[in-house]
Parts: sequence; C-alpha cells; structure tokens
Amino acid sequence: MCRWGTFVAVSTALLVAAVLLTRAVENEYFFFAAYVVLQFIVLATAWNILGGYAGYVNFGSGAFFAAGAYTSVMLIKAFDAPLVIQLVAAAVVTGAMGFLVGALTMRLRGIFFSIATVAIAVICETVVVNWGFVGGSRGIAIMQPPAPEWIASYTRLLFVVMALLAIVAVTIARYIEISWLGRGLQALRDSEEAAESVGVPTLKLKLLATTISGALMGLAGAPFALYMTFIEPTSAFSLNYAVSALAMPIVGGTASWVGPVIGAVLLATTQQIVTVTVSSELNVLVVGVLLVGFVVAAPRGILGLLGRGRMRKSRVGVADAQRGGAR
Amino acid sequence: MSAPLLQVQSVAKSFGGFAALAGVTLSVRAGERLGVIGPNGSGKTTLINCICGSLKSDAGSIVFAGTDVTRLAPHRRTRLGIARSFQIPRPFASMTLAENVAVPLDFVTHRGSLHTADVRGEALAILAGLGMQDRADALAGTLTQVDLRKLELARAMASRPSLLILDEVMAGLSSVEVDEMLAIVLRLSEQGVTVIMIEHIMRAIMRFSERVICLDAGQIIAEAAPAQIVNDATVQRIYLGA
Repeated sequence: MCRWGTFVAVSTALLVAAVLLTRAVENEYFFFAAYVVLQFIVLATAWNILGGYAGYVNFGSGAFFAAGAYTSVMLIKAFDAPLVIQLVAAAVVTGAMGFLVGALTMRLRGIFFSIATVAIAVICETVVVNWGFVGGSRGIAIMQPPAPEWIASYTRLLFVVMALLAIVAVTIARYIEISWLGRGLQALRDSEEAAESVGVPTLKLKLLATTISGALMGLAGAPFALYMTFIEPTSAFSLNYAVSALAMPIVGGTASWVGPVIGAVLLATTQQIVTVTVSSELNVLVVGVLLVGFVVAAPRGILGLLGRGRMRKSRVGVADAQRGGAR
Repeated sequence: MSAPLLQVQSVAKSFGGFAALAGVTLSVRAGERLGVIGPNGSGKTTLINCICGSLKSDAGSIVFAGTDVTRLAPHRRTRLGIARSFQIPRPFASMTLAENVAVPLDFVTHRGSLHTADVRGEALAILAGLGMQDRADALAGTLTQVDLRKLELARAMASRPSLLILDEVMAGLSSVEVDEMLAIVLRLSEQGVTVIMIEHIMRAIMRFSERVICLDAGQIIAEAAPAQIVNDATVQRIYLGA
C-alpha cells in the first residue's frame, strides 16, 4: 500500500504526462481511444465503491452514465454551458439519482437494489427517447467548441479532462478504502446486522456510497456527447457500459482501488485493439469471455492472482450468494 | 434508589399471528448481573433484539440510561452504550480479528478520531484479554466455534458498553471453556458493566447471575435469585423438566 505522498506524486506525474502526450503524439486516434480507456477507469472505479466495498451490485451503470451525458446535452442546448458547468451538473444530477435509488431500496437488502438499478435504466432510457429537446430517439448532433489555444484539438482536451476525472475517482476510492468509512462498508457487506450492532450507521454509509458512486458514473458520461459529437439513446444507454462497469472491477479485483484500474486498462485497451484490428462486434465478446473466465477461475481477479489484498474482500458474487443464503 | 439503567415497559412483538413477546416488563439496575432462561421459542432472543433495536417492538417502551430508545436505530443504541453478542456468531468474515474489533473502536469509541495504528493497538489489547492475540491477523471466516464466540464478545466489549447483552455466548463450549468465558464476563461485571446473559447452561447461569428471569411464551413467568428459581415449581415444569 503506497502512502499518500507517493500517490499524489504519481497522480500529478500522470496528469502532466497526459498533457505532454497531447503535444507529443501526432495521431488523433490515440486520444480518441485513450479517452475511452480513461472513461472506463472512472466508471469501473465508481462501480467498485458500491459493488466491491459495500457488496451492492449495480446493474444500471449505463443509466447513470447516460444521465450524466444527457445532463450535459441539456445544458449545452439550453444555455451553451461551459464544460466545467456540465461536469458539475452531471455529478449533482447522477449523485442525486444514486441517493434516491439508495433511499428507496436500501432499507431492504442486496438484491432489491440490483433490481431497482435495472428498472432505473429502463425508466431513464424511456424518458430520453420521448424527450424531443435532447433529440429523442433520433439522437442529436453536438458541435465541439473550438479548442483553447494551448491544445491542438477538443478531443485532446477531453482526453486531459477525463484523465483528471480518473485521478479524482481513484483518489476518492482510495480514500474510502483506507479510511474508517471503508471498514464500515466492508463490515456491512459481511453482515449488516452485526455492523449495526457495533455502531456502524449502515443506512447512512450505504447512501453515501450510492451517491458517490452515482456521481462518479455521471462524471464518466458527462463529456460523452462532446466526445462523440453525436448522441442517441441506444448507444448512450448501451448494455456495454453496465456490463463493463462490473466486469472490469471483477477481472481486476474488487479488493482494492488498483483492481478496477487494472481491469479497465486491460479490458478497454483490448476492446479498442480488437475493434480496430478485428471487428467492432467482437470487442463485446472479449468482455464476456474474460468475465466468465475470471469468475470461474480467478474469483478475486488479477489482484487475487498476484496475491494482493489477501482474502480481504471476497468476490462480490460470493458475498451476495451468502447474503441470499442467509435470508 | 436511583433510576434503573434499563427499563423495559410492556414490550410486545408479534410475527404474523404469533406473539413472540406478549408484554414484557423488566428493569435492570446499573451493575447488575441478570440471567435469562426459558425454553426455545420463549422469546429470549426477540427480547434482546427489541432492546438492541434489530427488531422494532410493536408496543411498549424501552428506556436506557434515561433516554427513550424505543424507536432508535440499533447503531444509535450501541453508541448510547448497549452492546450485544449474536447467538449465531456473525463475524465480519472477510476481515481479520483485529479489524473486526477495530470496527466498534472506529464507529463508537473514537468516532474516526484515532489513527489506524492506535486503533490496532487497542484492538490487540482487547484480543489479548481474551487470549486471542496470536490470531489477531487471522481471517474471522476461518475461526472455530469457540473463537467465533470469543470474537463476538471481543467485538461487543470494544464499544465500551455500559450494558452488555450476551445471547448464548457459551453454547457449544466445553466445561473448561465455559469457566474461562465466565471469568472474563465476571471481570467485566467487576469493572461496572451491567450484563444480561441468556444461557441454557444452568451451571453458568447459577454462578453468574444475581437475579434470574424465566421467559415462556413471550412472558416473564418467574423472577428470583438463582437459588430460588431452580426450586420454582413453574420453572421446573416448563423449563428444567423436573
């Protein structure tokens, strides 16, 4: 476990490196692909705060992602709002969404939350499909504003922004993990009743986790429309986001903040390579096969294979099965 | 005489049509050692769950240390000073023993104000008191029954309760282990902790309690000093099987 000093230094170095890359690398496609990898680091890290630490499986990551994206679209259409405002608004909207879903379901246990997240994905998509202002089912084209002088293109700017968001997400996850909040979440994942009995405010902690997780997922989606310069519901609410958001932490290992990062880099990079070299259809298969392979053969993910994080955090599926069995 | 530490007034709890508690009134004074006996299904664990807040009672009130806790969430009651062990141990299986004990230290005793290293030191001291210091870094999921029960006790002690409720903490222990556990609980009592002990092991109840209540079908049917309760005709008929 590296210390905060090292962590901050490495984070800063990575961000500086990201800025320097925008000057050094000629190929525009590099930034187009790297953005996606970074976006998945944010999404996977966000999922893991709730799914890995607290053991609540979110199947609706796509809804939070798309809600973030459409919050931006609405602000662009209505006020031509700058990117910073879009990001903040997306985080607030999806954070509130996370809080609401949590408040409605968290008095019950595990599986009800998971079911509600599936429902919210359907609800959100239906709303957007029928909302003409943000393009409805036909979608809407969004113009990228001119890039600021210090950077060559707007896509490169979005790449740097997403790098910053990835660092923010990982920093938050790491803080939660090593603080007493993390211990509280881990305790309630193992036994909510026992956690309550030793003074853990389980409902409050779960709501905190759903809110933070939701807000970060919204942030991952917020620049999506500007990045694609076009958005329509089917791709924004794609099942790919929901599956990837849980596959990446499970493949990487849910025990620690490093897991989702490893999983996201590995899976998203592989997907990008497969998309370009083989076919864009096949890239989804990569996620599926790896997910099944890891769940069966290495339930603690790559971290588990590396012997990191001991048995500390059992795989989400196992914790869930136990919870289900105990009911 | 001062007000009792715990005042349970006409507490009732039903599950569907089954009245698990049919109006239980009970008061426990500070520093007392109370034994609770009764046949299986008589409502002992339900009573504890109502006192600790895992279950919300349907009627009646529970006042602890001058505060009405009837509607409080369990973690709030723990912070006021009520701690419990579970009849079926519920360890935080993915954590080590030290981490298990650290949870109440973090959330009740110090409320996040202490550094992780200091919390660990305190957790180790509590485990040492129960002779488990050498297993502090073992995962709780790998423990034996005896150690699981000790861990339940260690975790409950870590929140520094003024009222400790033990739900069959000695079940399944050997005679030597029962003595060991009794010594630990008696030591806590000497330090001023009020203890309510639910137990089927009569030897433990007899040695430990100052007063014993016997529950049957959700009601207190007898209440006396341990020496008298075993001679109570009703208790003998429904529980002791004489």
